[in-house]
Amino acid sequence: MTLWHVILIASIACVALKLAGYAVPPHWLEKPSVARTADLLTVALLAALIAVQTLGAGQSLVVDARVPALAAAGLLYWLRLPFLVVVIAAALVAAMLRLWGGMA
Amino acid sequence: MWRARSDPDAPIGIRSRLPGARSTTRTPESLATRQGVAVGVATAAYGVSFGALAVAAGLDVWQACVLSLLMFTGGSQFALVGILASGGAAAGGTAIASAALLGARNAAYGMRMKPVVGANSWWKNAAAAWLTIDESTAVALAQREPAARRRGFWVTGTVVYVGWNLTTLLGALIGDLLGDTRAYGLDAAAAAAFLGLIWPRLRSHQTIAVACAAAVAATALTPVVAPGVPVLAAAVVAVVVGTTNWLGRRTEGRVKP
Repeated sequence: MTLWHVILIASIACVALKLAGYAVPPHWLEKPSVARTADLLTVALLAALIAVQTLGAGQSLVVDARVPALAAAGLLYWLRLPFLVVVIAAALVAAMLRLWGGMA
Repeated sequence: MWRARSDPDAPIGIRSRLPGARSTTRTPESLATRQGVAVGVATAAYGVSFGALAVAAGLDVWQACVLSLLMFTGGSQFALVGILASGGAAAGGTAIASAALLGARNAAYGMRMKPVVGANSWWKNAAAAWLTIDESTAVALAQREPAARRRGFWVTGTVVYVGWNLTTLLGALIGDLLGDTRAYGLDAAAAAAFLGLIWPRLRSHQTIAVACAAAVAATALTPVVAPGVPVLAAAVVAVVVGTTNWLGRRTEGRVKP
């Protein structure tokens, strides 16, 4: 599979899901357990992605400048700063720790 | 004010916190337009981070742009490039599965939005489906009257679509210029972006427990299985908790769309 295949197949899958919402009978998702699972699925996948993006390096686990950067991001979200500001701040924390702090 | 725009996922209660929400002289439709533009512009701005991260993950500028044009759902796009960054095209299967699982909530939004968008032909329904994302759904549902809901949906969806694609291109071009993206902390920016997407959802014990368990499971599995699989395995946590409603409120009747 090339990158283009991955991009096109994933895009088609996501568009198909959007269209499915307009095509299927509305009572399908009204069961609380289904709606709840769809909601929790989003949370679980995002949390797993945060963990892998912060600690993963291929198939090994590393603690490097990403960890303090993520902690800083958490603090800034808690202070209700906007998304873009927090993302840039996290990048700056990691970049500065690498440049001056000698972190990997 | 900046604060009004801090939630990238624009929760349903957004109405009172948006610019213009206090105005009494405007019609519900023009209020919906203003809110849609405000949310749309704020959301579109972080397309820059998507474009830059996509290029950092090994995609070219075209591939980043095609994702925003076709897929057009932020969470899935970030997830796809996040997994491709760790595993390359070899992790394609799990990258596709993760993107699709994250995109599943758009199907739920679609069912809720179909009676709202007022489409009377198949192509209008298809266009509405394409524009059905967190933000357009949230702004539509924040309005009270049917006409304002319809206006809120279309304005938000259109503004986010145009803006998101322009800023993706901008971000991809910037990322291309940067070269070694780790030196600029872009890998940490990816984690921070995901944290921003999950933040507004962490409101109950159940969602916090699921988030923690999923993160621990994904971390523990990373050295053991192929890249991408730990993220998918964490989805099992959601399915188990979701079907058993462990830690959930028992009185919960209808869950929000």
